[in-house]
Amino acid sequence: MHQLTITEQIKKLKDKTFSSVELTQHYLARIKKYDSELNSFISVTEDAALEQAQSADQALAAGDETPLLGIPIAHKDIFCTDGTPTTCGSKMLENFVPPYDATVVENYRRAGAVMLGKTNMDEFAMGSSNETSFFGPVRNPWAKDCVPGGSSGGSAAAVAALLTPAATATDTGGSIRQPAALCGVTGIKPTYGRVSRWGMIAFASSLDQGGIIARTAEDAALMLNTMASVDPKDSTNIPKDVPDYSASLNNRVNGMRIGVPKEYFSDGLHPGTASAVQEAIGTYEKLGAKISEISLPNTSLAVPAYYVIAPAECSANLSRFDGVRYGHRCENPKNLEDLYKRSRGEGFGEEVKRRILVGTYALSAGYYDAYYHKAQQVRRLIKNDFDAAFEGVDIVLGPTAPSPAFAFGAKGADPVAMYLEDIFTIAANLAGLPGMSIPCGLVDDKPVGLQLIGKHFDEARILNAAHCFQRETDFHSLTPKDIN
Amino acid sequence: MEWETVIGLEIHVQLATNSKIFSGSSTAFGAAPNTQASAIDLAMPGTLPVVNAQAYKFATMFGLAIDAEINKHSVFERKNYFYPDLPKGYQTTQLEKPIVVGGHVDIRVGEEEKRIRVHHAHLEEDAGKSLHEDYHGMSGIDLNRAGTPLIEVVTEPDMRSGEEAVAFARKLHSVVTSLGICDGEMSQGSMRFDVNISIRPKGEQKLGTRTETKNLNSFRFMERCIEQEIERQIDLLESGGSVVQETRLYDGDTHSARSMRSKEEANDYRYFPCPDLLPVVIDEAYISDIRQQLPELPSARQTRFETDYKLSSYDAELLSTDLNTANFFEAATEQCGDPKLTANWIMGEVSARLNANDTHIGDAPISAADLAQLIARIKDGTISNKIAKTVFDALWNKEGDVDRIIEAKGLKQVSDSGTLEKIVDEVIANNAQQVENYRNAPAEKRPKMLGFFVGQSMKLSKGQANPQQLNKILQEKLEK
Repeated sequence: MHQLTITEQIKKLKDKTFSSVELTQHYLARIKKYDSELNSFISVTEDAALEQAQSADQALAAGDETPLLGIPIAHKDIFCTDGTPTTCGSKMLENFVPPYDATVVENYRRAGAVMLGKTNMDEFAMGSSNETSFFGPVRNPWAKDCVPGGSSGGSAAAVAALLTPAATATDTGGSIRQPAALCGVTGIKPTYGRVSRWGMIAFASSLDQGGIIARTAEDAALMLNTMASVDPKDSTNIPKDVPDYSASLNNRVNGMRIGVPKEYFSDGLHPGTASAVQEAIGTYEKLGAKISEISLPNTSLAVPAYYVIAPAECSANLSRFDGVRYGHRCENPKNLEDLYKRSRGEGFGEEVKRRILVGTYALSAGYYDAYYHKAQQVRRLIKNDFDAAFEGVDIVLGPTAPSPAFAFGAKGADPVAMYLEDIFTIAANLAGLPGMSIPCGLVDDKPVGLQLIGKHFDEARILNAAHCFQRETDFHSLTPKDIN
Repeated sequence: MEWETVIGLEIHVQLATNSKIFSGSSTAFGAAPNTQASAIDLAMPGTLPVVNAQAYKFATMFGLAIDAEINKHSVFERKNYFYPDLPKGYQTTQLEKPIVVGGHVDIRVGEEEKRIRVHHAHLEEDAGKSLHEDYHGMSGIDLNRAGTPLIEVVTEPDMRSGEEAVAFARKLHSVVTSLGICDGEMSQGSMRFDVNISIRPKGEQKLGTRTETKNLNSFRFMERCIEQEIERQIDLLESGGSVVQETRLYDGDTHSARSMRSKEEANDYRYFPCPDLLPVVIDEAYISDIRQQLPELPSARQTRFETDYKLSSYDAELLSTDLNTANFFEAATEQCGDPKLTANWIMGEVSARLNANDTHIGDAPISAADLAQLIARIKDGTISNKIAKTVFDALWNKEGDVDRIIEAKGLKQVSDSGTLEKIVDEVIANNAQQVENYRNAPAEKRPKMLGFFVGQSMKLSKGQANPQQLNKILQEKLEK
């Protein structure tokens, strides 16, 4: 059952080959079997899942045509779930139970999907290795001594280990694409404003975007059809009709203009990754795409600009966690200042504190122009780079991450080394563009990701390009050797 | 040394929208704590703000009313600081690009007219309230007020006395209530004033060190508080000390202010544009549409009262400043047809009674229709001016409508010549000496002497004699 794509599972549910309860039980059993080691879930909502599966089966029997009826799904623990704890990977929210659903969660609920549980993540989505989670690191199913990437490491690992057909995720600087690459799965971060941020706990509001991790582009397109919506509760959501992303998957790639930025093949790139990406480019050439080298001259400025803007926004976004209304509160506060200092000091982990400090500094009187204002100018330059590039190409293609999965602790001591994990992914967030990662090979038995970046609201085209690649290759159907 | 006072005001005006500025929660005053606070107002994780279009419209109305420029591109920013009644840990406000820029409010102090310039007015959200009583050494937080829309109006330092500051405050109150964008309920915090005060030697151009007194919410105490602060600063400077730049908090219970924090302790608010809200972009059509819907402003109404009702400029201003008073006046005038008499009654009896009872015309037990009917009965001779005051008292005590009161109390004016002649005859008979004096007096002295007989006759008629008729009969009989 777990080897089937979602499209196939929907068919089997309809023709009664198996029921949603059976499918759900199957995944729950797999979670029990594998996840004590992988740690990809923070919570598993077994009872609720089986209840939802039962009502899905009743609806299926009644001929209900709801698109994802009975399909299991996992949500990154950054999406608020009514009545189910939502921790954001932090001690701060260890016992937080939201009284509302995120719009994304509601969309899937309405579409008939069955929630298996909430996936592990870097604390408040800050990290590229899942090592900052209060609930412990997630192991990469391909190499258990290695990280799964982050921050959506739990979602990526769970999909890679076939513990769920798909999982929601979020991407602020690469948090969908980088773990998808490291875990050998397919992940898409849509255009900023395409997926509602309502109920998605904010890290950096102008960069955060929800998306999906699945095994194939076909499944990702199907899941995005439900996830994307027009939501008046999110002022930055763009009221633009959601197309049927599945409809254009099989469009011909012949003649598609693909730009490969020369800046993405710099010294820092692992040679194995480089050759896997080159091979993928060859595949596209074979399919009739027109490949050209392009330049995104401000690429090297993306990481520094991001590490001013994202911390600045997070320093304000995380101020609400003050121990007053919900979340962690220290024992016996002596006074107000003590309440703030100890609640936040105890509730937040090291990386979160580091970013709050950096952001607070960047916004301080006397530094605002030198840091925050300058970073916003750089952001504009990066957007201009892409605008210029997209005049000559339809999509931009390159590596997702500089190297395959690395060992636990390998980059923990040096925050900057960790920050460079997102060197190829951050630009799409700064420019608000849709980006994807699909598997394109193995290096030392570890997956390599190929990144596709599209124009604003051109998700359909990158999904189309990804699907055509997956028809030609079988990297997406490889599974980790210990996982059956 | 002669000192000059320099005053600038910052006024928080709560907008009378039904719901909050970034959430759908009600803004009604007086609900049980935290019953009007949604997940957004509590800053629960993942919640997001959406701007209330009505708040935007109200701010635009205000800008147009004070002749300001409306920013077509305005931006909400985050002002970061920690406080328990500030749920997000930042206040969403405007800084670099506020909705209203410039403008002015004209005031009158005595005979002098003065223009007070407004620097800008910005939209922002109110904070909640910290409750320090009844929690056994702890503080309670009520977030009902959190997210109530405000405009903060910031003036130029154009005022030179407490009297001018109060005149400005009253005028601003009049403008926002006339626009219907604020309920003007000072005691509920609907308008709160922060006063920046400094002094300098007369003739000096450079501004002195200022202090800011926060949280004044009564016109009555504003002037006193300002005078106290001016005196404090003069005492400091004249005794060789210096004024420290600080924020002072006004205490409504003790009617005094105390130092809250000095400049050194001031926060670095780390403003930056709020990434959850897009810049608000409006066009000329939006502005001109609102301009056309603007209700009549106090100054325009004053002019109209002068031309349409032939009121003096003084009376017209007094009657047009407060929206309810102006509406009351106009409704009564339209019904009784006598603007001058209506104006006199409102500025006289009605106003005195309101002051004595410390209430507003909106809460008065007497309606415009009551007053109009009372005036109509004076004009048609049913009652005299004097009796009208008795009827007014009864109206105030809710004893019924004008005609019923006149009927029930038997206050109808006596206009029957026979009855009046009998009264006059009795007065003449009882006052032989005065009658003789009158008849011996030269003609030019007689009108003055007539007063005595009028008074005696009135007394005898229990005030109900028709004065004109009484005069006539008295004159006739005395001249004989």
